[in-house]
Formats: sequence, structure tokens, C-alpha cells
Amino acid sequence: MIAFENVGFNYGGGELLSDITLRLAPGSFHFLTGPSGAGKSTFLKLAYAELRPTAGRVSIFDRDARLMTRDDVALSRRRIGVVHQDCQFLDHLPLATNVTLPLTVANRKGDPQDLAALLDWVGLGKLADALPPQLSGGERQRAALARAIITSPDVILADEPTGNLDWDMSLRLLTLLVELSRMGKTILVATHDMNLIRQAKSQLAARVLRIQNRRVQLAGADL
Amino acid sequence: MRFSLPRFLSPALLAPALLASDRQADRVVPPSGFTAQLTLFTAGAMAFLAVFALALSLASGRLADRWASALAGTATIRISAPPEQLDTQVAAVVALLSTTPGVASSRVLDSAEQRALLEPWFGPDLPVDALPLPRLIELTEASPGYDGEGLRLRLAAEAPGAVLDDHTRWRRPMATAAERLRLLGALSLLLITGSTAAMITLAANAALSANLPVIRVLRLVGAKDAYIVRAFVRRFTLRALTGAAIGTVLAMLGIALLPRADDAGAFLTGLGFQGFGWLLPLLLPPLTAVVAFAATRYAAFRTLKGLT
Repeated sequence: MIAFENVGFNYGGGELLSDITLRLAPGSFHFLTGPSGAGKSTFLKLAYAELRPTAGRVSIFDRDARLMTRDDVALSRRRIGVVHQDCQFLDHLPLATNVTLPLTVANRKGDPQDLAALLDWVGLGKLADALPPQLSGGERQRAALARAIITSPDVILADEPTGNLDWDMSLRLLTLLVELSRMGKTILVATHDMNLIRQAKSQLAARVLRIQNRRVQLAGADL
Repeated sequence: MRFSLPRFLSPALLAPALLASDRQADRVVPPSGFTAQLTLFTAGAMAFLAVFALALSLASGRLADRWASALAGTATIRISAPPEQLDTQVAAVVALLSTTPGVASSRVLDSAEQRALLEPWFGPDLPVDALPLPRLIELTEASPGYDGEGLRLRLAAEAPGAVLDDHTRWRRPMATAAERLRLLGALSLLLITGSTAAMITLAANAALSANLPVIRVLRLVGAKDAYIVRAFVRRFTLRALTGAAIGTVLAMLGIALLPRADDAGAFLTGLGFQGFGWLLPLLLPPLTAVVAFAATRYAAFRTLKGLT
């Protein structure tokens, strides 16, 4: 799905990530941890080609990210659902339209019943006509997840998806991610919430990666 | 909690999509009041000015043609001589003209016609007969025309007091001025087109900058550049088309309400369109739309190039 080979990245100053080699296998579930500023978001951005590596090679669906055209990147993002901590929506459009946006931009038409089922699944069935600014933090996170999965993507990348949520809402979002994993989706969640990771590991076989000293290491013994 | 699996999450159930209309692309960009009004106003004002520049250019062209054709093909021979020789020289010139190749006809202006020519300057009571005025002979050129230099030499030999005036020194500067005016009109049209493109590019850039978060979301969910560009291009093209149509109609109405050239006879009252010329301003709205399309497309692609 997505592979890093000796990847390094810097924003112009010192190297933030260095010599990272990693492969997200189909159907795998990974957590990515590390202190603030360690490069978790940068790692995710490299994974969906918002950033290009300054060293090494990132392959997205077996294609070298550096060689991808802008259209190639757009097409690859239709197979990658991204959930940000600061959920980005089009605030002038209702929730249902925002959720179906990945279908709209791909000139695909969704089934209204499917949309209703998805919104029910994430617990937002009654808020289809609400505008994003009217939603709470938890509702926005679940809406972002619904938008990320509406195209049934192969990969789901989530950047601190529970960062603004209370524990109950975090668990609910985690349950949704676990469900998606059981459906065969490849999932990578960047988080510093160790309780959430422990909770997930009790439900499925998730690997935990930690960014430390600019490198990604396999963690787990201390969890 | 137990969740049921939404059936659309299965790739097999994702039916081939219908093509989304441009209206869908348009909806994803929030309405932007300021840039909408700016584009509408700019396109309208520029189209209004363009109609007048077009009218000026066409009127100048007509004027140049009219002046050229009115003065071309005729010439005047002025005979100034002592009174006792005047009739003799007039007769000699008339005889000479009748045998000159390229001269279709000639006619001696009588006293009444000469009085009419002088009336604007000296009034109706001028005693033409009492004044030592030169005699005037009007000649009409045949096709091909006469040899001007040869005619002058023959006149000098036969009637020393005769001077040939082929109107060239009057015609040339007027025709040149009218040609320049036509050129200025065309240049104004080009400048207006360029200014329209620049203004719409600025408005499009402002709209793109204001909507960078929207563009980022669209890129995040897999929108191709062409899709995003289409949303902006469609909006600005339609606005420019609407504004230009309004400006054009208003300007055409203004020109239609100008006094008619026949009534007043002055140059400025001749500013307007004639016949099929009235169809030319109707090309301005689609032309403005094309300019807006190109300008917005250029601005949008340039902005998107800077985003990942």
C-alpha cells in the first residue's frame, strides 16, 4: 500500500525525519506515537503526498511519490481517507454534502440510502442538514471519518483524531476505526493517547510505531 | 455497541458514477460577494467603454472614407487675371480641359454659386460682381484620371492666371486624422480588453486567496486541479458575461439615443453604428467571457501550482 524506503525530510532547517523504512501492509493497523513536534503529522503528510521526501523514496500504491503528477496525487487520495485533528470542512455546505465531497469531486454519485446508513453508523444521522460550524468537536471528528471512508478507501490515515474529544467519544471513534480495520482497511493513526492505544490493542493486533530521534521505531513493550 | 456494515463500503457496490455537472463544481466554492460585484462591475464598465471605442473607431472609418471619396475625383481651377483677360483665359481653360485625357467634365461656377461659397464668411449681401474675384472651374475626373503635372504645365502655357487645386493638401491631413482616430479607437479596444483581463485576474486571485482553505479541502479529498479550476472559471466567466451584457446594452442604448448625424451634421453626432454595424457590439459580451475564462484559468492554475 504505502512504503517508506530510507526516507528523510526537512523543512529547510535540520532534518525532522531521517532514514525511515517502513511498509504499511494491506489490512494492517498501526499507531504512530511520539512527542509533540516529533514529526507525526509530517509522516502522515508524506504518506498521502502532501509533502515529498527530501531523501529516500515514498511509494504510494507502488508509485514513487516524487514522480507523481498533481493528477496522480489527486487520484491516489481517492484511495486514501484522511482524518485531521482540525477537521477541515466546507462551512457553507451541509454535513451530508461535505461527507459526499470525495464522491462529488470524483464525479461519482452516491446512493442517498448509503449516505444515510453511513451517517447513522457514525451517529450523525439526524445532523445531515446541519452546517459544520453547528457541530461539536466529536461530531466533527466523526463527520471527518465519514467523509474519509465514503469512497471505501484502501487506506485510512488519521492525525490525532481524538485530540479534541472526551474519553467516551474517543472510544466511539476508536470502535469505528476497529470496525473499518476488520473490513480489511489499512489504518494508520497518529496519536499521543496511550490509553487509546491500549484500548485498541485489547481489541485487535495493532502495531505501535514511535518517532524518536528522527527515526521510526517499533514500540510496544512499554504499553 | 454493534455497528452494521454500510453496504457502500464494499468496493463492489460503488457503482460507476455519473458525471457531475459544472453546477456541482460551482457549489463547492462559497459565494464571494466582493469579488462577484467587482467582476460584474468591471466587465460592465469595460464593455460600456468598449462599445464607445468601437463606435468611435467605426465612425472614424466612415468619416475617413467619406472625406476621401468626397474630395477625390474632383478638382478646382482658379483663374486670377486682369478683368479684360479673365473671360479669354476662362475660355482657353475650358477648351483645354475638353481635350485633356482623364477629365470627364468641367463646369464654370456662376456668380450665384460663388456667392453661396463666400456667404458663410461675408454674408448674403456680398456684391460679387463688383469684386475682383477669381473665376472657378470645377472639373470631374474620369477613370483613369488625368496627369496632374501635365495639366499644370499646359495651363501655365495657355492660361497663365490658372491654378489647379486637386484638393490633395486638404484631403491628406483630414484622411490621415480620420485614420489615426480609427487606429486610436482600435487601440482603445485592445487596452480595454487588456484591462478587463487584468481586473478579472486580480478578482480571481482575490477569490482564490480567500478560498485557499476550500481548495485545500478539495485537494485533500482527491479533487483534480481541473475540477477546482472549473468551479472558479465557470463562476467568473458567467459573471463577466453578465456584466458585459449589461454594459453593452446600456452603451448601445446611449448611442441609439444620440442625435442623428443628418440632423446636426457635426462629427460627434455621427458617432454610432449603421446597418450591420449594430451587430458588432453584441460580440463584446462573449469576447469578455472568453477573456474572463482565460484570465481566471491562468490565475487558478498558477495558484494551484503552489499548493500540494
